[in-house]
Amino acid sequence: MTALFATDFFWETWPWWADTIFRLIFAIVAVLLPAGATVYLYLFKMVSFMQSRLGPMEAGPYGSMQLLAEVGKNLQKEDIFPARADRTVFAMAPYVVLLSTFLLAVVIPFGPEATFIDLDTGVYFALAVSSVSVIGILMAGWASASKYSLLGGLRAAGQLIAYELPLILAVVGVVIQAGTLNLQDIVTAQNQQEIFGWGAIGNPFILTQMLGFIIFLIAVQAELTQVPFDMPIAESELVSGYMTEYSGFRFLMFFIAEFATANIFAFLGATLFLGGWSVPPFLTDLLGIAWDSPIMNLVGPFVMLTKMLLLTFIFYWVRFTYPRFREDQLQKFAWKVLIPLSLMNIAITAVFKVVF
Amino acid sequence: MMASLLTFAQETPVPLTSTEQWVINTFFYVIALVTVVAALKMVTTNNVVHAALYLLIVLAAVAAVYIILGAEFAAATQVLVYIGAIMVLLLFGVMLTRAKIGSEDDLNYDQRWLGGLVSVVLFAVMGYSLWEGFGETKLDPTFQPQRTGEVAESIFTQYIVPFEAVSVLLLAALIGAVVVARRD
Repeated sequence: MTALFATDFFWETWPWWADTIFRLIFAIVAVLLPAGATVYLYLFKMVSFMQSRLGPMEAGPYGSMQLLAEVGKNLQKEDIFPARADRTVFAMAPYVVLLSTFLLAVVIPFGPEATFIDLDTGVYFALAVSSVSVIGILMAGWASASKYSLLGGLRAAGQLIAYELPLILAVVGVVIQAGTLNLQDIVTAQNQQEIFGWGAIGNPFILTQMLGFIIFLIAVQAELTQVPFDMPIAESELVSGYMTEYSGFRFLMFFIAEFATANIFAFLGATLFLGGWSVPPFLTDLLGIAWDSPIMNLVGPFVMLTKMLLLTFIFYWVRFTYPRFREDQLQKFAWKVLIPLSLMNIAITAVFKVVF
Repeated sequence: MMASLLTFAQETPVPLTSTEQWVINTFFYVIALVTVVAALKMVTTNNVVHAALYLLIVLAAVAAVYIILGAEFAAATQVLVYIGAIMVLLLFGVMLTRAKIGSEDDLNYDQRWLGGLVSVVLFAVMGYSLWEGFGETKLDPTFQPQRTGEVAESIFTQYIVPFEAVSVLLLAALIGAVVVARRD
């Protein structure tokens, strides 16, 4: 037991290839496990309670095995290609979307040493690879040879381009305040900075970057094409947008990518604004351990999970509460409200950074 | 595999072992092969969207080469700018206007021999200058990935004037695009 908490971990003596396999397995777990958790908790249960119904109750105790049933159902389905579809591109599209999700997960830190990669370009890399999913959506929309799919793909691309800018600009405020792009260093900055000499809770950037945080949440909601920004998959107009023609495990991959990406963005939001894997310094002082003591490698993932569940709760709460934006309202909101606001946020943050 | 390349390159500056060098070289050759094949397919395919997607593979492979060379920032920029912005806009435009599924015969241009000649000459010139300049140079076996902080510092101290000039140029292009696009 003591060996586990010592500074040299058993995996530090592994050859690099074993280390890589270890990290890959954990990356898959870090993507799939929270996705399953949030789908059951929020998509199956919370929305049911919000609509005064019980939700799935049959599969397993309290319907908890429903997810396995859904996965089994989708895996058994026939892999259907539309007759006039471009088969290769059609088949590749879900992989591209899922690839973007996994690349996004790679930079999130879960503890002082529990990182997949400690990239110097952390935030920048995350925002860069998040835009890869647009390619997959466009591929799916075009290759399906269906009007609904193509329109859905084009709407998705237009929306994702428009909301990528406020997303990036909202994060710039955090980067200015922390003085680094590295996610691990951003966590350190939030834990070690003080609010006017009072360091009991560190300085989580949600306090100083409230505007950035709100813009980030709105832009993420739009990036995930969730209600109220779900024009690309508007059921009443486009059946299901770019994924109309998909069934079986390819649909399942889109489904996993959608919910896993929501979680990864929540992880990213927790890292940037809520202090990441670290707990407030007064708690670690109380326990008499350093804020980045090795035990945080085990506690950190659970702290992250808690913060992630909190943020995804907000995503789904909004998703199941608000009606849909019209396409022109949606574009106007991004270009005329969010982008000017986030530019203002950057300017104010920069001024404060220089003054203090 | 990207994870492994980055993590072992980030550790303390010990020279890479021969196995690690072999792995890096193998990855480079695989990526180079993918780039060349995708580039050839891009100019020979009979479908506009396929051509765009092959171009995407070429750009992604170049980003992978940047990662092997330890230039994280350049790789992320390549992905953000070329894949995330330019290719999305290109695909978006192609799909809005003309994007038939299946092959189109009028995509091939008659003067392919001239095109081939130009690319051979270009290859010879660039290859010769690279060979002359760096032919015997070997990559430092203790090489470290370039820190993003160093990139930022060099941009804002040594190269501040070209950086600002490029910014002004981009701003001018932006305003120009708005002026051209406005109808009234």
